[in-house]
Amino acid sequence: MSATTLEPGVSRARLGLRAAMIAAVAILAAFPILNQLPQDSVFHVSDFLVSVSGKWICYAILALSLDLAWGYAGILSLGHGAFFALGGYCMGMHLMRLIGPRGVYGHPVLPDFMVFLGYQELPWYWLGFNHFAFAMLMVLLVPGFLALVLGWLCFRSRITGVYLSIITQAMTYALMLAFFRNDMGFGGNNGFTDFKELLGMPLNTGTARAALFYASLVTLVAAYLLCRWMTGTKYGRVLTAIRDAENRVRFLGYDTTSHKLFAFVVSAMLAGLAGALYVPQVGIINPGEFSPGNSIEAVIWVAVGGRGTLVGAALGAFSVNGLKTWLTSAAPDLWLFVLGALFVAVTLFLPKGLIGLMQGRGK
Amino acid sequence: MIGRRLYLDGVSVIFDGFRALNNLALVVEPGEMRAVIGPNGAGKTTMMDVITGKTRPTTGVVTFGDLDLTRMDEASIANLGIGRKFQKPTVFDALTVFENLELALKAPRGPVPCLRWLLPAPGRARIEEVMTETGLTERAYDRAGILSHGQKQWLEIGMLMMQEPDLMLVDEPVAGMTDAETEHTAKLLARIAGRHSVVVVEHDLEFVRALGCKVTVLSEGTVLSEGSIDHVQNDPRVVEVYLGR
Repeated sequence: MSATTLEPGVSRARLGLRAAMIAAVAILAAFPILNQLPQDSVFHVSDFLVSVSGKWICYAILALSLDLAWGYAGILSLGHGAFFALGGYCMGMHLMRLIGPRGVYGHPVLPDFMVFLGYQELPWYWLGFNHFAFAMLMVLLVPGFLALVLGWLCFRSRITGVYLSIITQAMTYALMLAFFRNDMGFGGNNGFTDFKELLGMPLNTGTARAALFYASLVTLVAAYLLCRWMTGTKYGRVLTAIRDAENRVRFLGYDTTSHKLFAFVVSAMLAGLAGALYVPQVGIINPGEFSPGNSIEAVIWVAVGGRGTLVGAALGAFSVNGLKTWLTSAAPDLWLFVLGALFVAVTLFLPKGLIGLMQGRGK
Repeated sequence: MIGRRLYLDGVSVIFDGFRALNNLALVVEPGEMRAVIGPNGAGKTTMMDVITGKTRPTTGVVTFGDLDLTRMDEASIANLGIGRKFQKPTVFDALTVFENLELALKAPRGPVPCLRWLLPAPGRARIEEVMTETGLTERAYDRAGILSHGQKQWLEIGMLMMQEPDLMLVDEPVAGMTDAETEHTAKLLARIAGRHSVVVVEHDLEFVRALGCKVTVLSEGTVLSEGSIDHVQNDPRVVEVYLGR
């Protein structure tokens, strides 16, 4: 089995990986179809599995975006959940506007929470969100803009490493506190829920579930191809070089600030997109999505899967969340201990993650 | 060859009261090779930091041609045509030798041009030429991280050559090298000189002699003596602070 030379071994592992990826996507794509089979069929996929794997796909997109920033550009963001949540809130605002007069209070325009809080008219920043295209634009632009401002301030001042991580963590925490406030106009600690429809399609139906599932899967594949392409170009090699020796890259004449900023903004936009796909599938968005713990979990997915490999990030998101889903029902008290132990174990024994474990056998 | 002249005058750098450079003056003419020697802590590396924009001088003038280097950042100074090789070889370990050289190749440096980058034939030819000159052709597709110490030094010199700088600053190129490697490096630098101005910081006096160029001796952040290697070796002040010990 062991390859005598490095090259054939590596390329065989790579081919195997590609085949495994295509197979995994094909199996996932079959889920909503297998869901249609009669319940007693061995191939039947339950509603629960379809909806939970739809969520995991969104997490995989988030992990992918984090891997672009962390695995390639060396930006360890402990606040990527903020970009995910902001994308989710933008989608949530669209879904709230679509409820229209069907709310509990029956107000023609204002969402229920605004009626409840005594709003007379829609705040200006809610305007336009009734249009799907506008909302989708905001899903990309809001996280992208935040990343642009934060990144510009940090990278320009050469804040890197643990200091940058702390700032990103503080950012998501600050946003969580802000979104908890009722007077922010985002529903306070209840957030948004009771969504009715999206693009004329009633939510909470099998059709909607399948459509959102496929939209997420297509986005995951597209996001993967985008990141693969970016990291495969000279730009990707500049990012890797920045990760390993940023100063040296500067002396080669590269303005590392703009390179990092570009990667960080693209990454934040992908995270926002993931959040936007997530919200209609889970049917709720609240400030809890900004909680620092979420961002840290995302880092663990990437570390477990193998950072700087893209496919590892997605694999990590699926496997850690799979484990979480199983364990939180089997032994709910254990989960956080297992998560912590997993992170320590991967850091100590599997620096290249699950992907490294698979590739390592070829060497 | 039209080059620019490097001009430093009255340059002082003060870190927490410590004068790393003290009223330093240095002129390097276009195409000139210059060796800078001096005991540890004489300010050799700080001088390089000042020229490349890593450290801002507390006072003094640093110009390249008619451009004020004290107002520019590292990347702009590099693009101006000042390249630097570090004391500790710094190459990108995760990239191959070829990719390291490709990153150094003169080309647009922004994110978008890098995304759309396709290596043109002359660029490839140039990379191959530099790999031949540095003796790294056989290691082209090896990751730089697995190179020997000497090969990393040559790769870094090769990266400097790719940048086609007007002025190259080379910090201790033969530190930790075997005799054979040292000889190879001296030949490499001699070949480069004439095409570019070169400033070499070195401890190894035999190596400096082999370069056969004008020598500047630094001590306590200022120029102690300047001239041929024989001249400075016989200068009593140099003997006192440096060679005599």
